[in-house]
Amino acid sequence: MSPATPTPTLTGNRGLHIEEPLIFEQGHPDKCGVDLPEPADKPDRLGGLARSGPIGLPGLSEPEVVRHYTRLSQKNYAIDSGFYPLGSCTMKHNPRLNERLARLPGFADLHPFQPEATVQGALAVMHRLSAWLLGLTGMEAVALSPGAGAHGELCGMQAIRAALDARGDDGRRVVLVPDSAHGTNPATAALCGFRVRGIPGDARGRVDLAAFKAALDDGVAGVMLTNPNTCGLFETDILALSEAVHAAGAYFYLDGANFNAIVGRVKIADLGVDAMHINLHKTFSTPHGGGGPGAGPTVLSPALAPFAPLPYVVHDGAGYRLVEHVEGNARPFGRMKGFHGQFGVFVRALAYIMSMGRDGLHRASGDAVLNANYLLARLGEALTPSFEGPCMHEALFDDRFLKGTGVSTLDFAKAMLDEGFHPMTMYFPLVVHGAMLMEPTETESRDSLDAFCDAVLALAAKAKAGDAAFFTHAPRHTPRRRLDETRAARHPVLRWEPPAPTRAAE
Amino acid sequence: MSTLYFTEDHEWISVDGDTATVGITDYAQQQLGDVVFVEVPEAGKVLTKGDEAAVVESVKAASEVYAPVSGTVTEGNADLADAPAAVNEDPMGEGWFFKLTLADAGELDDLMDPAAYESFVKGLE
Repeated sequence: MSPATPTPTLTGNRGLHIEEPLIFEQGHPDKCGVDLPEPADKPDRLGGLARSGPIGLPGLSEPEVVRHYTRLSQKNYAIDSGFYPLGSCTMKHNPRLNERLARLPGFADLHPFQPEATVQGALAVMHRLSAWLLGLTGMEAVALSPGAGAHGELCGMQAIRAALDARGDDGRRVVLVPDSAHGTNPATAALCGFRVRGIPGDARGRVDLAAFKAALDDGVAGVMLTNPNTCGLFETDILALSEAVHAAGAYFYLDGANFNAIVGRVKIADLGVDAMHINLHKTFSTPHGGGGPGAGPTVLSPALAPFAPLPYVVHDGAGYRLVEHVEGNARPFGRMKGFHGQFGVFVRALAYIMSMGRDGLHRASGDAVLNANYLLARLGEALTPSFEGPCMHEALFDDRFLKGTGVSTLDFAKAMLDEGFHPMTMYFPLVVHGAMLMEPTETESRDSLDAFCDAVLALAAKAKAGDAAFFTHAPRHTPRRRLDETRAARHPVLRWEPPAPTRAAE
Repeated sequence: MSTLYFTEDHEWISVDGDTATVGITDYAQQQLGDVVFVEVPEAGKVLTKGDEAAVVESVKAASEVYAPVSGTVTEGNADLADAPAAVNEDPMGEGWFFKLTLADAGELDDLMDPAAYESFVKGLE
C-alpha cells in the first residue's frame, strides 16, 4: 500500500487523532449530565409558553461533553501550536502576562454602568493607552471605542465626512482606493456614502503617483491608503501623495492594519495622515482570529480631532472622567458603540506596550521586518518574489515558479498542511497572480523560520520535478482530506438533521 | 444577426440592434475557477458604462462585472442563482448575466472584436 493511503483503522481514529462525531450524533435523550429533583407541584407561571415536546437537545454525561470539546480543540491550529505565517493578519505571540492582567477582578468584573468613582483604575488604563497611541503616532485625538479594524475605518471616514459637511463641502463624494487595498477600504467608503475610484499600482508594487495625481479633483473627499501596503512594501512616495491630497482639499486616511511594521519608527503625523485606525489585536498582541475580539482605536489629526466620536477619557482635578456629552467646541459625529469599546483588549494592549516599552516596540517592528526579509532571501531563489526587495513585515510571492508544473497555489498550500504548517495567505493581494503572502512576525526564531523555509523549498523542488499528483492529492495527514469547496459553497449543509426514525416492522 | 464585442475586463457583449446580452468570457471563468454565486441586476436598473453591474464569486475570489456600455437592464439571468455552474460550463451561452437596451451604440466602438480579444488574452499568458 502506498504511503498516500494509510491502512484504515476499525474506529476511523488515527492514533490520537480521534474521529469525533457531532455532539448531536452522540447524544441520547435518556442521558443527562446532571441529576436534579423534579420540582414540587407549583403553579404554571409560563403563561402557556411551556415546552410542548422535546426540542432535540443532545443528552450526554459530563465526561462525554468534556471529551467532545477537548477533542475538537485538539483539531485547532493556533499560534500557540505552531508557526502561523498568514500575511495580512499578523498572528503573533500573545504574552501570558497580558492575559493575567486582563483577568484581574478589578478589570474583568467591571460593569459599564458602574459609578465613575469605582472604576478610576479602568479609566486610567484607557487614558494611559490613549496617551501611548497618541505618542506613537503623533496625532491629536484618539477614539478608543471602534470594535475592530473595519469599525475603526468607519470611524475615520465618518470623521472625514463630518469635517466636509461642517465646511459645507458636500460635493466631495469620491474616495480614492488603490488596487492593492484591503477589501474593507472600499466597503467602508461605500458605507459612508462615498463612491470609490480605484488607483492602479506601478511596476514596483507601489501606488502610481502620476495616476494618483491625475485622479485628484474637487470631487475627491479623501484617499484610503495602507502603508506598508498589502504587498508588504513601504509606499516610498507617501509624502508626495499626502501633499497632493491636501493640496486638492481632500483628507488622507491611512489603513493602520500594518502598523506593526513601523511602530516606534515612523510618526504617523509626519506622513500627513488625517485619520488612521490601529488594530490593537494585531500590533499589540491580543488574541484574535476567531479567538477573541479585536479593537480598532482611531487616531485623528488636528483637522479631524473636533469631530472625534464620544466617549473619551479626560483627567482633571477630580480624577479620571469619561466624557459622554458634547463639551467645549467639540463637534463629535456621534458614537461608535453603545458603551466604551473592548476594554479587555485595552488592558492586554497596554500590558504589552508597557512591558515592551518604547525601545522594545522599536525592536519588535525591526525584528518583524528582518524576519520577513529572511524569508524573502531564503525563498527568493526557488519561489518567485512579486516585487524587488527589501520588503517590510511580509514577503509576497506569486505562482510564476509553478508555471507549467500543474500545481496551483492552493495545491501547494495543501501540501504545507501535511508538513505541519498553517499556509500563508493565498490569492491576496489580487494584484499578483496566485499570491502567497507570508508574514512571520517578530515571534519566530531563526530555527522556526529555517524549518519553515526547508519545508517550502523541498516542496518547491518537488513541484518543479513534476510530481503534480503529490500536490493535487494533498493533504494526506490532516483530520480531513481535500474538501470539495465548490460543493460546500453551492450546496451548503448548514444544519444537522436527525436521521429518519427506523420504521417498525409492520 | 448579433455582433460580439469584448472588454479588457473579460466581459462579452452580444449586440442585436439596440439590445445586448452581457456575460463573462471563457478566459474569465477559467481564471475564477468554480463559480459558486452570481448576483445579477434587476430589470429597470440604469447602468452607466463602467458601473458595477453584477457580482460573481468563485472558490478563489469575488469579482465585479462592470457594465461594458451604458443602458437599461431588461432582464437578469435568474437561473444563475440556483445554477452558478452554468458560468463555468457555458460562459458564452447559458451562463449569460444580463440583457440591456443600449443607451449609446457609439460606446461599442471602444470595445474589442473577437480577433482583438483573442490576441489581448494571448498577451496576458
